[in-house]
Amino acid sequence: MDAATAGKPGQEADGELRLLAETCDGLMRDRGDESAGPWDEALWRELEQAGLTLISVGETAGGSGGSLAQAAVVIRAAGRHAARVPLAETCLLGGWLLAEAGATIPTGPVVAVAAETGGADGFTVARAAGCWRARGRLPRVGWGGVAERVVALTNVDGAETAVIFGPGDFAVEPGRNVAGEPRDRLIVDAALDQAAVAPVGRGTGAELRRRAALGRVLLIAGALDQALELTIRYAGQREQFGRPLGRFQAVQHQIAELAAETAAVRAAADAALGQCAEDGFADPGSSFAVAAAKVQAGRGATVGARIAHQVHGALGFTEEHRLRLSTTRLWAWRDEAGSPADWAAELGRRLLAGDAAPWPVITGGD
Amino acid sequence: MTALVPPAAPLPGRTRELRRQVRAFIADELAADRLAPRCDSWHVGWDEAFSRRLGARGWLGMTIPVAYGGHGRSALDRYVVTEELLAAGAPVAAHWIADRQTAPSLLRYGTEEQKRRYLPAIARGECYVALGLSEPDAGSDLAGVRTRAVQVPGGWELTGTKVWTTGGHNATVIIVLARSAPPDGRNRRAGLSQFIVTMPDPAVRVRPIRLLSGEHHFNEVVLDSVFVPDTMVLGAPGDGWRQVTAELAFERSGPERFLSTFPLLDALVTELRRRLADAGETAEADQAATRLGETAARIWTLRQLSLAVAGALARGEAPEVAAALVKDLGTRLESEIIEVARQLAPVEADPTASGLPGVLAEAVMNAPGFTLRGGTNEILRGVVARALGLR
Repeated sequence: MDAATAGKPGQEADGELRLLAETCDGLMRDRGDESAGPWDEALWRELEQAGLTLISVGETAGGSGGSLAQAAVVIRAAGRHAARVPLAETCLLGGWLLAEAGATIPTGPVVAVAAETGGADGFTVARAAGCWRARGRLPRVGWGGVAERVVALTNVDGAETAVIFGPGDFAVEPGRNVAGEPRDRLIVDAALDQAAVAPVGRGTGAELRRRAALGRVLLIAGALDQALELTIRYAGQREQFGRPLGRFQAVQHQIAELAAETAAVRAAADAALGQCAEDGFADPGSSFAVAAAKVQAGRGATVGARIAHQVHGALGFTEEHRLRLSTTRLWAWRDEAGSPADWAAELGRRLLAGDAAPWPVITGGD
Repeated sequence: MTALVPPAAPLPGRTRELRRQVRAFIADELAADRLAPRCDSWHVGWDEAFSRRLGARGWLGMTIPVAYGGHGRSALDRYVVTEELLAAGAPVAAHWIADRQTAPSLLRYGTEEQKRRYLPAIARGECYVALGLSEPDAGSDLAGVRTRAVQVPGGWELTGTKVWTTGGHNATVIIVLARSAPPDGRNRRAGLSQFIVTMPDPAVRVRPIRLLSGEHHFNEVVLDSVFVPDTMVLGAPGDGWRQVTAELAFERSGPERFLSTFPLLDALVTELRRRLADAGETAEADQAATRLGETAARIWTLRQLSLAVAGALARGEAPEVAAALVKDLGTRLESEIIEVARQLAPVEADPTASGLPGVLAEAVMNAPGFTLRGGTNEILRGVVARALGLR
């Protein structure tokens, strides 16, 4: 994949992205059967074979190459189809961070976390007889229990450092989010060789945080697309009082609002992605865009899930109905990678700092 | 489903210099006391001298071809100028309709004579247009207009009453939608035409309909056998409905649909800085930052959605649904900014005061109009529902 052309908005790139979206839909559609547990390993292998799990990670580092825009298409599809695989975690976060650290990228899921260093349970890395000793607890690591590699970003001797370890280096206390996705506690106690502790550039932690938020925004955009589509279909089929629900004006207006929130999140996701692809994650405009998009996605998830359930009535409230695959994810993802309140406070503090008027801050580099 | 939002269209880099120029101009106007930021300035800020100054800078009629006195620039250039002026609360009401709606409409449907007569004046900021659309019995249901156009030698005679005609008392032109032929069976949209009425005209009586604030922007316009020559019919007789609705995507998706209360947000930030300056890191400061940030995130998002629609319009697409969504979301946000301001800076609104109490009063008293004008939000949700296949 050619990153130079794929990143540019244009007819050719649009067509290429559409094709990629169709490929993703084909692979991920109707994989909702959870009897095999929360981890769809078969789907993961298929995605890996198709080169979709490390998209946007440079080829020289062992990734699949390609643009951030392409990664976004794949992640949005994963959100849309409620794919039970750590795609955003691997291509946007873990794979990227391994590449930043100059480390080899394995097959299988790779997850990255910002490790808290303080407190009794804090994550520590110390030199010990020609190697490193990593210890501590990492709470709520998405897909930690199935990860082939975990990259903990921490501080060693005042420098941002990636600490890389694998399944043999930690014990897993399983946890779940409300969608049933693994959010595990990892109890790390490992002797690591020199190569497993690698300094990374300043600002990597800030970028990790923004990438994680952008990943959730894209997933939420996909899940909202699906919730809207299911809601429109249901309102067209379900009849009460002798006519489809969608013929009632009160219901129409609810669905129009769901469509509006879906469109808003989509526009926010597209714009944040475009900004980060164009100017990099460290750019002030990009950081504003990601924060704003995460706030908007949080709102869209809340309003969208509420309306989708209201229109679906009691049926959508059951385990049997697939709506919950979208709505439980919306409820989980809105608060992951920084809550909307956290990101909003960051935006607000930026607006209140200094003496710049709010308008130039909101318009950024435009 | 992907058609819900047009693809993101980043502004071309050349617009940065243009934006810088507009900001410098606004700073000069503020410094010279020629600009007092107002909420809803595209509705209430009538200042013909300001319009002419914009015209002199080449910032009106930007998309009108040079041959007609315009500047042959892109719709995105116009977008940048417009959003800067609105965010600053600049008085743009006098030329607003002419620049936004009438110029594109004339370019599309106007005769050579009409274009030569009106377009250069629009670009100079000297042509002020009011729209004669709603009537006492035809609001949201616009196809029910009863104003009659009767053919007479050399032209038409218009008789009827229009209401909510913004700026009708100052306009140099009123464009009237009237029934020129009976409905085609049950199709009430057939038989409507647009007529250009040059003001003042002795057969046109304009009476104020004061807003609840006491301000005079709306009018009742009574047309009593007003003669309009054939040369002043806009477009083809009978095509009025199509012409009026074709421009709705422009009208519904612009920055005026989410920036009407931005001057209030601006004043709020100033006030919060003052209040929080000594407080430091407090729970109050955190709460203020969070509420402010939520609001900013939504304004930022609406702007991105609006820009995506603007990009699609510039490509010649007609993103009707996305445009309706901008207006539905954006106009509700405009009103919510009032609640944020009231919560974070408890001051009492005062229409006679300057600063925050003044702009707050202006926002509060104009807010009912935000979700009514240009198609009520209920009508817009119906448009969206139809596009989604629900009706």
